[in-house]
Amino acid sequence: MTDPTTATSDKPVVATGAAASPATATAPTRTRSLSADAWYDLRRRPLFIVAATLIGTLLVLAAFPQLFTSVDPTVGDLSRARQGPSAEAWFGYDQLGRDVYARTIYGTRVSIVVGVLATTVVVLVGAVVGLVAGFAGGWVDSLLARIADVFFGVPFILGAIVVLSTFRLAVGQSVIGISALVIGTIGLLSWPITMRIMRSAAIAARNQDYVKAARALGASPLRIIRRHILPNTIAPVLVYATIALGAFIGAEATLSFLGVGLRDPVVSWGVMISEAQSYLRTSPHLLLFPGAFLVVTVLAFVLLGDAVRDAFDPKGR
Amino acid sequence: MGRYVLRRLLQLVPVFLGTTFLIYFMVWALPGDPLAGKCGDQACPPAFIEQLRAEYGLDQPLVVQYLSYLGGLLQGDFGENFRGQEVGTLIANTYSVTIKLALVALVIQAVIGLTAGVLTGLRPGGYLDNVVLTATLFLVAVPVFVTGYVLQAVLGLRLGLIPPTVPADPGFTDLIVPGYVLGSLSLAYVARLTRTSIAENSRADYVRTATAKGLTRRRVVGVHLTRNSAIPVITFLGADFGTLMGGAIVTEGIFNIRGIGGLVFESIQRLDGVVVTGVVVLLVMVYLLANLLVDVTYALLDPRIRLD
Repeated sequence: MTDPTTATSDKPVVATGAAASPATATAPTRTRSLSADAWYDLRRRPLFIVAATLIGTLLVLAAFPQLFTSVDPTVGDLSRARQGPSAEAWFGYDQLGRDVYARTIYGTRVSIVVGVLATTVVVLVGAVVGLVAGFAGGWVDSLLARIADVFFGVPFILGAIVVLSTFRLAVGQSVIGISALVIGTIGLLSWPITMRIMRSAAIAARNQDYVKAARALGASPLRIIRRHILPNTIAPVLVYATIALGAFIGAEATLSFLGVGLRDPVVSWGVMISEAQSYLRTSPHLLLFPGAFLVVTVLAFVLLGDAVRDAFDPKGR
Repeated sequence: MGRYVLRRLLQLVPVFLGTTFLIYFMVWALPGDPLAGKCGDQACPPAFIEQLRAEYGLDQPLVVQYLSYLGGLLQGDFGENFRGQEVGTLIANTYSVTIKLALVALVIQAVIGLTAGVLTGLRPGGYLDNVVLTATLFLVAVPVFVTGYVLQAVLGLRLGLIPPTVPADPGFTDLIVPGYVLGSLSLAYVARLTRTSIAENSRADYVRTATAKGLTRRRVVGVHLTRNSAIPVITFLGADFGTLMGGAIVTEGIFNIRGIGGLVFESIQRLDGVVVTGVVVLLVMVYLLANLLVDVTYALLDPRIRLD
């Protein structure tokens, strides 16, 4: 990323007259796009740097857990069940004598993957449906909006319990199947939010002069959507997605905690917290460590979302 | 206004049908046989099973079952579960507790959130502002069940200030801590919303006019500024009421409150589809009507908004 102001290095060649000099100096800042402007703004925010560092660390943890622990997270030894933190096991052992530190490290991957994939599903489905509804208008819009209302009205946790219980046996015991079901459920119940954001943005953009001009020039609907409407409507959806990513990681943990989401043999923070419930009084460390990782992760994404939203909101500057 | 409300109510009809259809089919696809174990350890005689299936209409196609369920629902009849209990009675017994819990949560978030929001909105960038901003960030980041368990363990078990679980027929004071847990997430949103609203409106012309007229600062802030800034907050609280009841299941589980969440959870495990459908349908209706009410209130509170 080169700074836009460095583009004026050939100033002596261009600036032949006195009047041209201030014009070339101000032009780069004026022509910066919204996203470039937001990026310029973000790099100067301490909160953004903190959040980005945290998320970077978590991504490394998720990608290479074996760099941080050499213990197998699934090997248990009942003779050391529920021992507290010690020099051998920093976070202690759980009720089956498995290393809590190793499980927390390995749990990062599932929690982050579920969060990222659920957000991707929500953004893709919601944005496409919202774009079509907002751009087409008429009965297509009414139909899609009503369908979205159906899923929007269902309370998230109750709806998720019903969906997850229904398909529980169908996915069997495989790690991929269980994770895919949880991702699909979160997506199914959350896509109306991005759909509504996208739809209202698309309706606002549809009546803009540049869209009318493109249509008058004979551009196909597909081209208008791709080249004119999408670039002008995607920002609010992406801002929501950043905040939602943290919320979905929390949602996965909540569902696993209720015993309907992820389950053994999957290792995730929600599963660990769910298993810790019964031993809360005697061994609080079983709840404390995965809980702390969960809170820090959600916090990092919320901070990032806050910073991104402020940067994309021209009113706040 | 009347035409607007009528149109919105008509729009609710397809949503209502879609939601009931969705939930009904999903629940009926739950793996397992709801009639298993009716006769204890032995398998039931086939004739008895046939009779039960006919009694509950299980021998008919799913669409017919759904339509007859819908017919009963329109007459206010939630049906009967496989153990012969009236679903309407089951819901009535548990719903009052959940409403109480949601109301306590709503009051807590309104009082704390509005106070924090007004105090920080008047002095943005101050010391208190930073404290509240950080606190709300943590409230958003900590999942409800972590807050619940930590408060239960610390206040209930270690310090003994509150009973760790709530008694069978709880009063409002018993529900203060669970209500706080339930409302903690929205509490953060209320505080932030109020803060932004106050900070924006304190530069408005009518505030300057009120100050120029020589009104005391207390009156300017208390009457002119807060009342106008509270409009978006009130709409948020109204819409949140439905969400709180749907999300109460985790809090109810932690504090052992006999509410609607526990009812749904038990019913899914017992394959009592009628109960699950009934509760979800009821919550969806409450949610939709609350949203309609909020939109109407919005127009009443803010004369600049016209409903058409």
